[in-house]
Amino acid sequence: MFLKLVPDETAIKFTKMRMAALAMSAVLVVGSIGMLVTRGLNFGVDFTGGVTIEVADSEPIELQAVRDALGGLGLGSYEVTEIRDFADSEPAVLVRVAQQQEGDGEAESEAAELAQQEALQKVRDAMTALLGDGVEFRKEEVVGPTVSGELIQKGAMAVAFAIGMMLIYIWLRFEWQFSIGAIIALVHDVIITLGVFSLTGLEFNLSIIAAILTIVGYSMNDTVVVYDRVRENLRKFKQKPLDELLDVSVNDTLSRTVMTSVTTLLALASLAIFGGEVLRGFTLAMIWGILIGTYSSIFVASPVLLATGVKRDWSKQATAAATP
Amino acid sequence: MLQFTKAQTAGILGLVVLGLLFAVPNFLSDETRAGLPGFVPKSTISLGLDLQGGSHLLLKVDTDKVIEDRLKATMTDIRREMRPNRNASRERISIDNLAFNAETGEIRLRLADAGDLEEARVRVRDVTRGTGGGLGLGLRPYAVNATDSEIVVTMTQEAQTAYALEAVRDSIEVVRRRIDPAGNREVLIAPQGSDRIVVQVPGDDDPEALKAIINRTGQLSFHAVDQTVNVGNALSGLLPPGRSLCPQAEFDGVVRPGPQSGELCAPYEDGNYTLPPIVLMEDAEVTGDMVQTASASQNPDGFGFQINFEFDNRGARRFGDYTRNNIGSVFAIVLDGEIISAPTIQSAITTGSGRITGDFSPAEAAQTALLIRSGALPAELTTLEQRSVSATLGADSVRAGTYALIIGFVAVIIYMVLSYGRFGIYADMALIANVILIAGALSLLGSTLTLPGIAGIVLTIGMAVDANVLIFERIREELRSGKTPINAAETGYQKAWSAILDANVTTFFAALIMFLLGAGPVRGFAITLAVGVVTSVFTAYVLTRLFAGGYLISKRPKAIAL
Repeated sequence: MFLKLVPDETAIKFTKMRMAALAMSAVLVVGSIGMLVTRGLNFGVDFTGGVTIEVADSEPIELQAVRDALGGLGLGSYEVTEIRDFADSEPAVLVRVAQQQEGDGEAESEAAELAQQEALQKVRDAMTALLGDGVEFRKEEVVGPTVSGELIQKGAMAVAFAIGMMLIYIWLRFEWQFSIGAIIALVHDVIITLGVFSLTGLEFNLSIIAAILTIVGYSMNDTVVVYDRVRENLRKFKQKPLDELLDVSVNDTLSRTVMTSVTTLLALASLAIFGGEVLRGFTLAMIWGILIGTYSSIFVASPVLLATGVKRDWSKQATAAATP
Repeated sequence: MLQFTKAQTAGILGLVVLGLLFAVPNFLSDETRAGLPGFVPKSTISLGLDLQGGSHLLLKVDTDKVIEDRLKATMTDIRREMRPNRNASRERISIDNLAFNAETGEIRLRLADAGDLEEARVRVRDVTRGTGGGLGLGLRPYAVNATDSEIVVTMTQEAQTAYALEAVRDSIEVVRRRIDPAGNREVLIAPQGSDRIVVQVPGDDDPEALKAIINRTGQLSFHAVDQTVNVGNALSGLLPPGRSLCPQAEFDGVVRPGPQSGELCAPYEDGNYTLPPIVLMEDAEVTGDMVQTASASQNPDGFGFQINFEFDNRGARRFGDYTRNNIGSVFAIVLDGEIISAPTIQSAITTGSGRITGDFSPAEAAQTALLIRSGALPAELTTLEQRSVSATLGADSVRAGTYALIIGFVAVIIYMVLSYGRFGIYADMALIANVILIAGALSLLGSTLTLPGIAGIVLTIGMAVDANVLIFERIREELRSGKTPINAAETGYQKAWSAILDANVTTFFAALIMFLLGAGPVRGFAITLAVGVVTSVFTAYVLTRLFAGGYLISKRPKAIAL
């Protein structure tokens, strides 16, 4: 063929590298947890509550002038960043105002929701005063304390639920050892992805939860393909030492692993370059997730099998995989 | 494995054609679509608010207040029931204390004479029997419990649920009449959970104007003005019972605090309003629910715009009686705690119609008329969440999404051909069929395409070829072990299946969870991802096998380039 990224027969000793991989993963995971604890995530208004407004004008907008205009409004903390949705869009800035007040009790919560609306109104008025009538509010998002609390809860639940469901599925389709390996790989990927978000300070919003769930699906996908081959080879080579058998399995599936990663990355690169500002965080998260997911299925998921050991005698069990 | 009967072939290709048939209406103009014969599918994928522009609002109905209002009204009924009736067949029962506790939701009645307890209990039971309403027939909305010295009235849980539900339903109706009076817009107004309403309005409306019309309670009433009370005294708090100090509406676009719970008028503060407040009687002569219809028109004998309204029979009679007996005095029309007009009664108005003149702009007159016409909300609506996208940003997003989709698609197609040659072309044909099937399925489901949804399709394109990659890599392996092309392909498809199944089931699970637990944009992504997973298994595993099988069996090549 014209293009072959991985040669036909590879015999890379992946299991020999497991200690190095373990060290690297440990550093990344511990580092990520450290980042999450100390720096935390740059949560978007979906999770913190507050207001974001995208303000566009035909003339370039001076960030400092916008900051000055907002400074006198008494809105608490706010952020102004320059954004350009698409190459030929009008110049725009994104104004983000933090949640106005906490709402715990019944009466306070209504006041807190109202305060968000007032903040939005104030920002709109200030921007109209600053930029004149030509100003365009391209996007407005107001999330009150009630909804932001629910979204955090739902998001965390969704990720936990997804991992739990994967665990059960792998357990049913394979053996419990595989299930453990797959989950360790998944949790590894999710933690490191969160770590990257903490490190870069990219906004963490609802669509990032979607990206993480997709990463969970993809990483699982990758791991399952390797495991499927491990299971097959366990039946085929009954006497082969487990580390060799794992190496053979990973090598067998290596060119597929690389091919699929490349096609998925091609699609994602297109989204990152042409998909505009709205999808950028989501796409970057996905690209990172594909890379880490591919790494983990090779260097994390299979070495775990070496550590837990697997059942070697598969002869009695009828073929588990259904053939159509 | 590689052989298909004629029927199977027809079925497989038929499915793709069916997908195409469902996908095609999306590319036709509205007129062409309307002209199609009846059996042709016409449903299309609708664009989400983030792609066509529009506003999404999540509103909370204050159901607690609705229930509280009912309990307060019941307390008033109980007080009245303790008085003697007109023909004095019923004796007065002296009340020591009658109070409503908002915390516990209890009305407590303590009597001056404990001997009246039994009689009082009967009367309370009588008056709290309820009138059906949202509650099923024969169900009592209140529980009445008597102790030695007290009668405690609480609302049953069923009644609370029923009244809350009714309040949400009524609110939806009112909101619909306000934002879609003609009933011809594509707005979505739906309940969510026990006390919430989702409102989605596509188009380029100003979200602020939208909220301004939705969040107004729309409480209208007609009151007599008490000119005997000095406004200065009233301002310092010297107000006789049964009177209220009401500010005059200024129609200047400034949002001012509305009336406190249970109050008729909005609070007047110095500097808050420029017009002086007016003292009026709290008891309404006529209320907004007796107004049948309202409209705005130009004032025929003056400047500006006016609001014309018509009472129903009851309202016409009451307004007629009131104006006949009060010629020369001033009355006030109060809307949401502010006086919108305070005219002097020139003559008895018995026609049942009237007009409100004032300093209205055309837009204000139209909005006020709409507010009166649509009726009052049972309780205030609080905005919990708002997401608005302008139509220009929506159009930009469509363009960006389309570019990303096409370029990602082309990149994957080229890459597959370069990697797998002839088989790559098969995979690419499957990929095209896959996109057609996704479009068809989404049209069939009538689902909404959002920007994250487009991202889901682009991602699916990248991942859909995975199944083919698995198969082709497997065939390569089998070829290396010396199998004939046909045998290798046969085994390749067979052995790749279990990995394909496992891999796609896991992604499908992830999409399913996103759909079940995700909000708005995430759901759009989840739907396209889930649909894409299902269609891709079909196109990558079955459709390519049809192509590959056809080639291998008819040509019987000695070797294949893979």
